[in-house]
Amino acid sequence: MEMLWFWLVSVMVAIYAVMDGFDFGAGVLHLWVARTEAERREVLAAIGPLWDGNEVWLLAAGGAMFLAFPRLLAAGFSGFYLAMFMVVWTLILRGIAIEFRSHVRDTMWRAFWDVVFAGASVLLPILLGAALGNVVRGVPLDASGYFQIPLFTDFSAGNPVGILDWYTVLMGVLVLATLTAHGALFLAWKTEGVLHLRCRHAAVALWPAVAVLALAATWATAAVNPAVYRNLPHAPLAWVGMALFLGGLAAVAAGLKGERYLMAFLGSGGFIIGILAATAACVWPVMLPSTLDPAASLTAHNASAAAGGLRAGMVWWFIGFPIALAYFSGLFWIHRGKVRGPEEGGGY
Amino acid sequence: MGDLLFWHRLQFGFTSTFHYIFPQLTMGLALVIVVLKGLALARGDERYATAARFWIRIFGLSFAVGVVTGIPLEFQFGTNWARFSSHAGGVIGQTLGMEGMFAFFLESTFLGLLVWGERRLGPRRHFLAALALFLGSWLSGYFIIATNAFMQHPVGYLVAVDGSLQLADFWVFLLNPWALVQYLHNMMGAVVTGAFAVAAVGAFWTLRGSHLEQAALNLKTGVTIGLLASLLVAFPTGDQMGKRVARHQQPTLAAMEGRWNSGPYAELNLIGQPNVEGRKLDNPVRLPGLLSFIAYGSFSSNVRGLGEFPRDQWPTNLEFLYYGFHIMVGLGTLFIALMGLSALFLAWGRLERTRPLLWALMLAFPFPFIANSAGWVVAEFGRQPWLVYGLMRTAEGTSHLVHPGQTVFTSLGFAGLYFVLGLLFLFLVSREIEHGPVAH
Repeated sequence: MEMLWFWLVSVMVAIYAVMDGFDFGAGVLHLWVARTEAERREVLAAIGPLWDGNEVWLLAAGGAMFLAFPRLLAAGFSGFYLAMFMVVWTLILRGIAIEFRSHVRDTMWRAFWDVVFAGASVLLPILLGAALGNVVRGVPLDASGYFQIPLFTDFSAGNPVGILDWYTVLMGVLVLATLTAHGALFLAWKTEGVLHLRCRHAAVALWPAVAVLALAATWATAAVNPAVYRNLPHAPLAWVGMALFLGGLAAVAAGLKGERYLMAFLGSGGFIIGILAATAACVWPVMLPSTLDPAASLTAHNASAAAGGLRAGMVWWFIGFPIALAYFSGLFWIHRGKVRGPEEGGGY
Repeated sequence: MGDLLFWHRLQFGFTSTFHYIFPQLTMGLALVIVVLKGLALARGDERYATAARFWIRIFGLSFAVGVVTGIPLEFQFGTNWARFSSHAGGVIGQTLGMEGMFAFFLESTFLGLLVWGERRLGPRRHFLAALALFLGSWLSGYFIIATNAFMQHPVGYLVAVDGSLQLADFWVFLLNPWALVQYLHNMMGAVVTGAFAVAAVGAFWTLRGSHLEQAALNLKTGVTIGLLASLLVAFPTGDQMGKRVARHQQPTLAAMEGRWNSGPYAELNLIGQPNVEGRKLDNPVRLPGLLSFIAYGSFSSNVRGLGEFPRDQWPTNLEFLYYGFHIMVGLGTLFIALMGLSALFLAWGRLERTRPLLWALMLAFPFPFIANSAGWVVAEFGRQPWLVYGLMRTAEGTSHLVHPGQTVFTSLGFAGLYFVLGLLFLFLVSREIEHGPVAH
């Protein structure tokens, strides 16, 4: 039961990364790829109807983690106290920027919100990447099941650890590059003309960097937390994840070469899911390792709620999840094809 | 430690009160929009569709701020109330998780269609989008109320070996009788907010002499729904809520009424100042016997006073609770009077010419926000000193390792950010009201 919930939460986190990832990427790129007001509105029209729902995956994943692993949520959120509020405030600014922008027809108003949107879109992947880095590297959990961690120490990734060190910053950069490249493919798929060409250029330039960074991160993880790879031989799902990750990379390359952007976009989605799945399979059952004492790590077994709640949650999860997928399929279907710049006053 | 508890409470109190300004407006307006779209469809009357279009724009703004100010609350369970989350997450994680899965996805999917999709969808499907959004936002309200109801009146749980609370019976927990009453009371409060906003905008346009046709329609809609909701929020929902408190939270009832001595024929205190040190209510204006009747249905029922309970079971911040309750009830009574009077003038066909009444309707719109906030003050301060009533004290639920300075820092951050957010919201809403409704 705990294993199933471990994977359900992982699946939701992965969906969140792929879905909100492309609108983060679009936000990072839009100042550069969309230079006129019409182009900006085209970018916003591509992500406008979807971004809000994409972000719900974060809340849904958080809710699933809350009900299944309350001790993990309690320790993690309070331990990363200040960093959590940075994420929250950035999410607020980003949401406001995209929603308020269209309400006033004024170039300075819009230029201001465009920069806020871009800035928040750059900051969030770095923060989330650093969070992933912390979860893999470990935090100073002790027997009480709680911890506090400073924002940074000596950047060495050894005790005493800080939220930001060379490893977590590397992960932040990897996630930023990956989601930017992912967003470039989404925009290349959904747009035409100059905008499309600029997105294609961005994708072509970014993907080799992503591959190099992913390789570096794989090596760095071995240096920071060698225990992760000890599981590898006995974790078949890790091999599936790695196949997905390499297959995704191949699909991106083939899609860019053959100008088949949906294929490339799906490939980058597979790449992201593959990395996360392989990571999840390797760390199982540890969800938050302790840098002080391996016995104090929070695992799917010692952090989970009682079986009754896990069973009840499972029932509604398997009802709710297909409904959520149906909404998204419907939305993508309604907004299928190349996006057209909406008329003024017609939204976004 | 005492400091830390204070700052955690202040921060959550501030962020949740500010957040709830927006959902109460969106949940109230969601019903108004469904009614307007329904009338437009049923009567084939384009004027109702125009009115709905205007309110959908306000709804969109309010929804956006509601979403971004709601996200911090989900995080704060973990960041500020870690020991509570760890202790009770096995139960309340259910409803918080379901809110994401069943309400948020529904809302986020149909919001775009409602706000931007009228032309593409056509009137019938656009009405269905409004209905879906109404369902989503009201469902979301239920999951939050059910979570709060567990903290007010825990049911369907068991205490595990490690002392934590775990789910025992899903349906008992989800259909907590407390939740059903609290939900209806809360939602009627939200409809009051929405209806007062609609009436206020109608009154403003009428006084200004602009958009007269739409102004009249908004007045009529706002006053009709406003009167119904003002009545329903008091009776039966408010009355039933009070009876639940009287049965299950007796120290809370005593504190709400500033009552220290027990006894039958308990009087209802209209005004007065609670004197905690002197253990009495100063300068009271009372209606004899009424509290016994309201709480238990008979004048001779005994209503226990605070004196009967040990001091450590009294609600903390007793004065705040007392005044919150009296402000809520006082305003609720005024709402019925104002909407009743307006409805009479509306029925006589004289509302649009009665300028003093229009001024009152226009200036009344902030007060439902105050009444709703005061109502939540009653619920949350009334629950003290418990975090989960009778099971866990508030002081036991904090993130004990977080330094108070961090909480002060983030509270100041929220104060600044929300000040700007509030200004932007008011600025954009005033622009919409100034601009007025747009016919297709």
